[in-house]
Amino acid sequence: MPSISRDEVAHLARLARLAVTDDELDLFAGQLDVILQSVATVGDIATADIPPTSHAVPLTNVFREDVVRPSLGQQQALAGAPAAEDGRFRVPRILGEEA
Amino acid sequence: MTDLIRSTAAELAAKIASREVSAVEVAQAHLDRIAEVDGAVNAFLHVDTEGALKAARKVDDDIAAGAHVGPLAGVPIALKDVLTTEGVPTTVGSKILEGWIPPYDATVTRRLKEAGVVVLGKTNMDEFAMGSSTENSAYGPTRNPWDLDRIPGGSGGGSAAALAAFEAPLSIGTDTGGSIRQPGAVTGTVGVKPTYGGVSRYGLVAFSSSLDQAGPCARTVLDAALLHEVIAGYDPMDSTSINAPVPPVVAAAREGANGDLSGVRVGVVTQFSGEGYQAGVLRSFEAAVAQLKQLGAEIVEVSCPSFDYALPAYYLIAPSEASSNLARFDAMRYGIRVGDDGTRSAEEVMSLTREAGFGPEVKRRIMIGTYALSSGYYDAYYGSAQKVRTLISRDFDAAFATVDVLVSPTTPTTAFPIGERTGDPMAMYKADLCTIPANLAGNAAMSVPSGLSDEDGLPVGLQIMAPALQDHRMYRVAAAYEVARDAALGATVISGVPQLAGAR
Repeated sequence: MPSISRDEVAHLARLARLAVTDDELDLFAGQLDVILQSVATVGDIATADIPPTSHAVPLTNVFREDVVRPSLGQQQALAGAPAAEDGRFRVPRILGEEA
Repeated sequence: MTDLIRSTAAELAAKIASREVSAVEVAQAHLDRIAEVDGAVNAFLHVDTEGALKAARKVDDDIAAGAHVGPLAGVPIALKDVLTTEGVPTTVGSKILEGWIPPYDATVTRRLKEAGVVVLGKTNMDEFAMGSSTENSAYGPTRNPWDLDRIPGGSGGGSAAALAAFEAPLSIGTDTGGSIRQPGAVTGTVGVKPTYGGVSRYGLVAFSSSLDQAGPCARTVLDAALLHEVIAGYDPMDSTSINAPVPPVVAAAREGANGDLSGVRVGVVTQFSGEGYQAGVLRSFEAAVAQLKQLGAEIVEVSCPSFDYALPAYYLIAPSEASSNLARFDAMRYGIRVGDDGTRSAEEVMSLTREAGFGPEVKRRIMIGTYALSSGYYDAYYGSAQKVRTLISRDFDAAFATVDVLVSPTTPTTAFPIGERTGDPMAMYKADLCTIPANLAGNAAMSVPSGLSDEDGLPVGLQIMAPALQDHRMYRVAAAYEVARDAALGATVISGVPQLAGAR
């Protein structure tokens, strides 16, 4: 029987970049445990001899001619950005203080 | 004006083309209706009055100039807020995209505009299309026009409620696990999930890319078919778009309306019955099957044993793909940004933004997906779910070797009260029990109203499933059934929607 602890949920939230609150951790730990136990039943029929399906339509690589086509201009691309500066996306620092 | 808002899309298009009524009058009648009732229904997140009237005026000008216009030119439509619209807000029902104005149109949007279909606005939905009730919208729930204290289904509750409230004759939904069909069922409207790859996903904000499919919603089968042919077809901008002719769904709907289904083999899926199914839903379904038999169809029972595992497989595959797709909401290129005070790192800002921008269901699914894809758990969860997907496709293949279409109830119950399942995710997920297999296998499926449940007077949906690229088969069956159903009832199902009070 799978089960998931509060600490594991906190770890998942970190991996998923979600700054969840303590109250949320309490709530989610219980809910995720119920959901994961329920969905684990897929293992009941998924035997080794069955090939996995990732996609309903068989995928093949699609090629096109390498020609220049219209695309978003700089202003359009930046129009929805939370912050822009000098025609670029402005982002918070990406390195830690100790780096 | 009441006549205009209660007309079918086909009737409106004919009247506009013959200049009996102008596209502007039709658009204005629907905009007035939205202003009157949407305070109570909350089907729309954004109404584009100016854009709609401008598009309608263009259709009127074209017709006056003698130009050839498409079969739905001038007919208004409500667009689910998951498809991008250039210059018009697109939020996906999420705070994280609040105020975002896309710089481009989705292919579906573009095709609608090119066909002269008039976009009235954007409809409410569960955040990122994750939900079965539209209660997960960050902008408040949509209410079911049949009973304002009940859910309109989800995720496309806004698109379905807009039809049932006569705010629009057509709408677009997207269906990842039933988000077109289940709202159709609980609002007494028609909802179609085309074959995966039949309608372009370009400009559709991704939830689960291998399952997401946009499709038509309407109040009649023919209207859905007319809309289907406008939005479907190969698109080089979507690598999973099918490069094949669009199935002849309009011809099939017209053929079906003749009311003869002799020679058609209909399979009843035996798995979709029994515990958890509302008695009135099953009685409505059985009556619908009897009706199909009267129309000449041959009815057989078909067992699809793997369908019992579709729900767990879906709730692994969809969250896994979602956890990856939603990584793009990183507070850097679009959407909101929270906590950027000059001291915090990009990673801290990202985590704070996602925490503030996503609602609880989205967070749950991201974490489940993250878990299912983790090394050590991958084989047991995601890998097993992909194998179940294979088994479900095999069940469909075996079934369609002996029958032309499969039928089942669309969803196990009628519309449930708002708030009833919000605290219990698994109870909410069960609304998708019957619709998920067609998403996993990628074949076509639709919901058509089968009347009202005798115990609560609320709409029930009949699900019809067809093989991939055989979408026309289900349209033929649905159209024949619709004619027989209305003849038996002496009225359309949708005419039973109670009068809505004016805006509060």
